[in-house]
Amino acid sequence: MRYLPLTDADRKAMLGKIGVSDIDALFAAVPKDKLLTGLLDLPKGKSELEVERVMGRLAALNTPAGSVPFFVGAGAYKHHVPASVDHLIQRSEFLTSYTPYQPEIAQGTLQYLFEFQTQVGLLTRMEVANASMYDGSTAAAEAVLMAHRLSKRRRAVLAGNLHPHYRETIQTVSRMAGDEVIAAPPAPAGSEDLARLIDDGVSCVVVQTPDFYGHLHDLSTLAERAHAVGALLIAVFTEVVSLGAVEPPGTMGADIVVGEGQSIGNALSFGGPYVGLFATRQKYVRQMPGRLCGETVDKDGRRGFVLTLSTREQHIRREKATSNICTNSGLCVLAFTIHMSLLGEVGLQRLARVNHANAVALAELLRKVPGVELLNETFFNEFTIRVPGTAADIVEKLAGKGVLGGMPVSRLEPDRPELADLILVASTEVNTHEDRAAYAQALQEVLAC
Amino acid sequence: MLNRQGRPTAPAESVASAPDTFSGNRGLAIEEGLIFEIGRAETTGVDIEEPPAFAARLGTLARREPLGLPGLSEPETMRHYVRLSQKNYGIDTGLFPLGSCTMKHNPRLNERMARLPGFADIHPLQPLSTVPGAIVLIAELARWLRELTGMAAVAMTPKAGAHGELCGMMAIKAALEARGEQRCVVLVPESAHGTNPATAALLGYRVVAVPARPDGTVDPEEVKKRLTGDVAAIMLTNPNTCGLFERDVVAIAEAVHAAGAYFYADGANFNAIVGKVRPGDIGVDAMHINLHKTFSTPHGGGGPGAGPVVLSPALAAFVPLPYTLVDAKGLGYVEHAGDRALVPTPVATTAVTAPAAGASAGGDAGKSAQAAPAAAAARPLGRLSAFHGQMGMYVRALAYMLSHGSDGMRQASEDAVLNANYVRSSLADLMSAPLGAQLCMHEALFDDSWLDGTGLTTHDFAKAMIDEGYHPMTVYFPLVVHGAMLIEPTESESKDSLDRFIASLRKLAAAARSGEVERFRDAPRFAPRRRLDETKAAREPRLRWSPALARQQAAE
Repeated sequence: MRYLPLTDADRKAMLGKIGVSDIDALFAAVPKDKLLTGLLDLPKGKSELEVERVMGRLAALNTPAGSVPFFVGAGAYKHHVPASVDHLIQRSEFLTSYTPYQPEIAQGTLQYLFEFQTQVGLLTRMEVANASMYDGSTAAAEAVLMAHRLSKRRRAVLAGNLHPHYRETIQTVSRMAGDEVIAAPPAPAGSEDLARLIDDGVSCVVVQTPDFYGHLHDLSTLAERAHAVGALLIAVFTEVVSLGAVEPPGTMGADIVVGEGQSIGNALSFGGPYVGLFATRQKYVRQMPGRLCGETVDKDGRRGFVLTLSTREQHIRREKATSNICTNSGLCVLAFTIHMSLLGEVGLQRLARVNHANAVALAELLRKVPGVELLNETFFNEFTIRVPGTAADIVEKLAGKGVLGGMPVSRLEPDRPELADLILVASTEVNTHEDRAAYAQALQEVLAC
Repeated sequence: MLNRQGRPTAPAESVASAPDTFSGNRGLAIEEGLIFEIGRAETTGVDIEEPPAFAARLGTLARREPLGLPGLSEPETMRHYVRLSQKNYGIDTGLFPLGSCTMKHNPRLNERMARLPGFADIHPLQPLSTVPGAIVLIAELARWLRELTGMAAVAMTPKAGAHGELCGMMAIKAALEARGEQRCVVLVPESAHGTNPATAALLGYRVVAVPARPDGTVDPEEVKKRLTGDVAAIMLTNPNTCGLFERDVVAIAEAVHAAGAYFYADGANFNAIVGKVRPGDIGVDAMHINLHKTFSTPHGGGGPGAGPVVLSPALAAFVPLPYTLVDAKGLGYVEHAGDRALVPTPVATTAVTAPAAGASAGGDAGKSAQAAPAAAAARPLGRLSAFHGQMGMYVRALAYMLSHGSDGMRQASEDAVLNANYVRSSLADLMSAPLGAQLCMHEALFDDSWLDGTGLTTHDFAKAMIDEGYHPMTVYFPLVVHGAMLIEPTESESKDSLDRFIASLRKLAAAARSGEVERFRDAPRFAPRRRLDETKAAREPRLRWSPALARQQAAE
C-alpha cells in the first residue's frame, strides 16, 4: 500500500520492542468475539491509475457548469476563480496544517485568518467578524442562537424570502433546541410586511438581501422596528459579490450579518465545502460563536497572531460554550482571502458591475420571450421569471437542449403549488452574450411546443 | 487539541532584542506585512473588462461609500501567500503527532479527483438528471461507511465532527419523541471532547459527568448508577481520549439500552479500529466519522471538515434531509419528506467500485443506502444545512478508501496502533504514564509528573519540541490527566522517522531532568515567532486591522 511506509521487517522489530508477539495482542482490550478475523466485504486496494479510472467514470456522468450555458444560482454561484488561488491553497503548509494550536508555527494560517476577518468586516461594514462558519445556512442558524442568548428570548421571525434551505436549517435546529420560529410565507413579488410579526417576545428578525427571489431591500426601517422592541436584526446574503455593488447590511442597522462566501475563491463542488461569513457589533463579540484570531506580540515584541477569546468555546467552556463548533472552514477561507486580495476594491466593484450588467441583459432578453414575466423591479445578478407552464418541466426541457437555465422554485418549495411556475435565473461574469442568446432561443422553443 | 486551562498563556518576560538584520528577515524566514499594509486601493490582480453602459436595476441601494479593500497584483499575491505558507508547519513538513486529530498523510490523488470538473464544477441545484454521478458517489461512500462500521444507515450531510454530533444527538432526541418520551439528561465521561457536552447542552440536555477508573476507562457500574429514566443517551468516545479501547463497551451499551437510552459514540478516534472492530457490533446507535481524520481529507489549517453520522436500525429513520436511497426501484434521492426522485444511473451503483470479479456487487441490492428500512418509514429530521453536504470531501474520502481497500484500511489501523505503542514503549522509562503501564490504541498518553522538580511544564516541553523541528503533541487534553501530553503518530510515519522522533524526545527529556531550564523556557527560539502573548490578545482584543489601529501602533 503506497501510503504505508512500514515494512514487514519493521513491524516485526517494533512488536518485539513493545514486547508482544503479534498485532492482535495490541487489540487485546477489544472483546474477543467482536474482533474481526477476516476482511470486510469491500474491494481491495487499487493503484492510483485504477482509482482515477473509477472516479473519472463517475465524474463523466455529470454535466459541469463550465461546459454549457449555465444560469443556476439560488445560493451557489458559478464564478471565475483565478488560477493562482487554487495553486496557493494547495501549498503543503496550508493544506496539511491544522487549527493553529501552536501559534509560533502557524503564523501563516493565523495571519490569513486576521486578513479574512478584516475583509469581511469591510465588506459588511460590521465591526468584527469571526474566522468563518461551515457555510451560510449554518451561520444563519448560529446567528439565531446567538440572538437568543443576547435577548434572552427564544422566538425568531424569518422573512418569507429567506433562502428556503436557510429557513429549514434554522427550523431544524430551533425545533430540536426547543425554540420558536415564525416563518413568513414566500413573497416572490418582493414586498413583505414583517413589522406586524415583531413584538417584544421576538428575539430576532432574519431577512435576506438580495433575497431568495433576487429583490434588494433597504433594511433600515425593519432594523428600527426590531430595535424598538429589543430584538436584533440578522441580515443574510447568499451572493457575496453583491456587496461590491449594493449598500452593506452594516449601514442599514444590522446587528448580525451572515452570508455565504463561496462565490469568492471557491468551486461549486455540488454544495460544499463552502465558507460561512459571520460578523457582528463589537459589543456582542463575547456571544459570537466560532473561532476568532487576534493580534498580539511575541516575547521579542514582534507582531504575531493567536486564536483568542477562547473562553467562549467548547474546549474550555464545555456545556456552557457559545456553540459546539470546533472548526472553521480554513482552506475555503484561504481561497476567499486570496481571491479577494487579488480583486481588491477595484476588481470587486468591477466584477459586481459585470455580474449586474449580465443579469440585466439576460432579464431584458428573457422578458421578450412570449409568455415570460419578470417579477423583479430590483435585482443584482439573479432574478425570478414566471413561465407559462410548470417550471420544473421547462427547466428539464432546457437541460435537454443543453442549457442549464436556472432553478425551478418548486425544487426547494415543492409544497407550494402557487410557486410552481417560477424559475430563479442567475447570470454572472462567466456568461457570454452567446450564452444568453442560446438561453432565450431555447426557452422560446420550449415554450412554443 | 489543546486546552488552555491551567496552562500559562503569557511569556514570563518580554525582552525586546534588536533584529539581527536590517530588514528583520532572516534568510529564508521573511517578514511579511498584512495585505492592508502592502496592497493599494487602485490595484487589482484580476483583469475584468468594464461592461458597456447599461441601466442599473439596483433601485436606491447602490453602494454609496468605498469598501476600503486593498488589492494586489498577481505576483504580489503569490509572494505574499507563499511567504505566509512558509510560517506554517504541516504534515508534509514533518511529524505532526497531535493526539485526537489524526494528522496522517493527505494523498494528492484525492485533491486531483476532487478537482475533476465533473465533481468540482457541478452546481448543487442543477437538475438531478445532469448529476447522476454525484448521487452515485454519495451512495457509494455511504455504502463503504456502513460496511466499515456495521451500521444500518448514514446521515451524510453534517459538515464537521461537531455538526455530526449535533445530528446524531438530534436523531436520538427525535427517536425519543417518537416514543413519546421526554428525557433530559446526557451522560458524558470526564475525558470527553468539549464538543460532546456543548452539543448536549445546545439541545437542552443536562450533562452529567461519569468518572473514569484509575486505568482511564469507564466503569459500567458508574454508568448504571446514573442510568435513571431521565437519561436520553451516553456520549462515549471509543477508543477514548486517553487512547484506550473501552474494554467494557459491550456491557455499557447493554446497560444503556436496557434503560431505554441510546449510545452515541464520538468517532474521532475511529482510525484506530477500521477493519478491526465495527461500532455496530458493539452496540453503538450513532457515531460521527471525521472524514478529515480517518479518511484523510485534508485538515486545511482547521477545516473544512466533514462529519457523516452512521446510525443503528433504531435511529435510521431519523436521518436529516437530503439522503440517497437504494431499493428495488433503483437509486433514489430524497430532498423532501415523502418525496423521492429517481436518479437515472447508466451504471449500477455497486458496479462502480467493485472489483472486476464483483465480490461485493449485489451486496446492496434491496438494501437502503442511507435511510432504513424504507422511505415510507423514514421520519427525517429536516435539513442541517443547505444543499448536499461536503461533496468535495466525499470525493477525497472515497478516493482514499478505494486506494486502501479493505486490506489497506485494516493495515493502516494496525500500523497506527503499532506506531503509537512503539513510541509509548520507547519513552515509558523517561516520561510518566498516568494510567499505568498498559498498551494503548492509536495514541500514547503521558502526564507531567515526570517533570516534577524541574520547574518546567508540559507547555515548556512542547515549545522545545518546536525548536527540534517537531509539531508538539496535543497538550493539556484530556483534562482528566495533569499536564497531559497525547501523542498520535498515525500510520504515515516510517520506523526511521519514529526512531528520530523518539531520540529527540529522549534527549529533550534528559535535558529537562538535568536542569537545562533555558532550553525550554526560551523555546521556541527558531520558529517564525517566539512565545506569543495570549493574555494580551484576550485582554485587548484586536480582531481586525484598521487605519486607526495602525496609527496607534506606529506611535507605540
